[in-house]
Amino acid sequence: MNSSRPSAQHLAGIARRIRRRDLDMIYEAGAGHLGSELSCTDLLVALYFGELQVDPDEPSAPTRDRFVLSKGHAAGVLYVTLAEAGFIDPAELATFMQPGSRLNGHPDRKLVPGVETNTGPLGHGLPVAVGMAKAAKLRGESWRTWVLTGDGELQEGSNWEAAMAAAHFGLDNLALVIDHNRFQQGAAVADTNDLAPLADKWRAFGWHLHELDGHDFDAIFAGFDVARSTRGRPTCLIAHTNKGEGISFTRDRVAWHHRVPTAEEYAQARAELTEVPS
Amino acid sequence: MSRQPTNAAPDATTTAAPQTAPEKRVLHDCRNAFAETLIELAEADPTLVAVCNDSVGSSKLEGFQQRWPERLVNVGIAEQNLVGVGAGLANGGLLPFVCAAASFLTGRALEQIKTDVAYSDANVKLCGISSGMAYGELGATHHSIEDFAWLRAIANLAVIAPADPEETRQAVRAAAAHRGPVFLRLSRMGVPDVVPEGYTFEIGRAVRLREGSDVTLIANGTLVHRALDAAELLATEGIEARVINLPTVRPLDGAEILAAARDTGAIVTAEEHQVQGGLGSAVAEVVVSHQPVPMKILGVPGVFAPTGSAAYLLDRFGMSARGIAEAATEVIRRKRAAS
Repeated sequence: MNSSRPSAQHLAGIARRIRRRDLDMIYEAGAGHLGSELSCTDLLVALYFGELQVDPDEPSAPTRDRFVLSKGHAAGVLYVTLAEAGFIDPAELATFMQPGSRLNGHPDRKLVPGVETNTGPLGHGLPVAVGMAKAAKLRGESWRTWVLTGDGELQEGSNWEAAMAAAHFGLDNLALVIDHNRFQQGAAVADTNDLAPLADKWRAFGWHLHELDGHDFDAIFAGFDVARSTRGRPTCLIAHTNKGEGISFTRDRVAWHHRVPTAEEYAQARAELTEVPS
Repeated sequence: MSRQPTNAAPDATTTAAPQTAPEKRVLHDCRNAFAETLIELAEADPTLVAVCNDSVGSSKLEGFQQRWPERLVNVGIAEQNLVGVGAGLANGGLLPFVCAAASFLTGRALEQIKTDVAYSDANVKLCGISSGMAYGELGATHHSIEDFAWLRAIANLAVIAPADPEETRQAVRAAAAHRGPVFLRLSRMGVPDVVPEGYTFEIGRAVRLREGSDVTLIANGTLVHRALDAAELLATEGIEARVINLPTVRPLDGAEILAAARDTGAIVTAEEHQVQGGLGSAVAEVVVSHQPVPMKILGVPGVFAPTGSAAYLLDRFGMSARGIAEAATEVIRRKRAAS
């Protein structure tokens, strides 16, 4: 339990720095999933700087908490977060998606410390996380498993196989955080294959359900505490987020799923993300 | 020797009983050896868990379940989750043996096998039960005759098809001892004992079961005893066939294959799999690159198999002992014509 979590103001500063570095990285690489990364940045910051019991000096410690980024296309912001948390050298971020770099467009656990399982194809993270949480139960260990999915990703049927199993196994050491930014690659989720009523679906599948503002650190931590205190069943945290959050012209714009900014757009975005003294 | 084509008409080879093994042989269901070995290993290693998809009975896991109900993780009929959960259990420090009918395990969860297990280097042992055409009469939906092709194209995955109970026992132990992803292809079709006394299985190693200089017969799994029977038939005609058991389709024992090409100059492969992409293709890839010799690849010839038992279907597709022997005479003829 994190009794002394950093202040929301402190975390907001980290999140701004991560967003800015992520923007730089995508601009330099000429590739990435900016919109998808900006929507889950605050969730990653809350996890890595206020929740997960992980140690960059011992990234494979057997009783570490597990975190699975199921939306593997947000690898860029994961790398920036891992660099900020000390798992990789920040200088290495300049190699993102360059030939021979270990910072692939989707994370590779064999290459990048802190990555637990390889993701990229959608609907893979939750089943693997169910296995992790089941392993902790079988071993009688108290570490927890956290998995972050997108919302469009929930159209993959494998998630619902895993959802049933997690509830059946009573995995109260498992928490799913859904980055509910309402957009997928091509259009709004609601216009593609609607998930609504999303909360009811998870309740019906036997999960404890809690909704929160995915850009409000206090709300995020309150949700994490709900997950920690729930007994006998897994918790699903629906984090209401905005695709492209943090830059005015990318917010809620489906085009920014994986668009790379022009020089002009980059300059404007960077100005908006300029660090505010905390 | 008859000149009948290897893909004989059904009426030529409709008997399921072995055509060339007049003596009564004891046939074994290798799933029993698998299940017994798994229990032995689980006794010694408390991290070993079995994972299944409502396949406790068909995977012969009843004994395991009775002994360690909590270590049998049954995810229900959900193969994508099955394999993902296996990868997660491995990440959590356990040694999962993920058991399911081979056709569903490989076909339904192929991307999980690739991404969650092989690419992620998860220490998962995938056990494809009732592989090949073991489910014979149930039809092509239940046949797993594409799995070699699918799986041997996946990096970092060992693909193993044991031939008899002893090799199954050793392969299961080797899989447990091996640090990394393994696929075990386990049939339920009755097979006789084929590996010799004192046999030692190693992942990636082919084993010569019979010496010969005229032709080499390479097989694995349920086809090994048929290849040995074919060699007996050929011997009566004065042809000395080398027989190689090649249980590991990936990684391949290239040295033993090249020795066969060099020493005998003609190769027949036989497998309970499509001719496309399986054992024969793997052998051909080595042979064509380094030591081209006449080859014949026996398998299911690019069709969905009709109704029938596995034994009937193997015979029908030219993989009776007689059919394999005929393929051998054909490649020997081609070898001689070329020299």
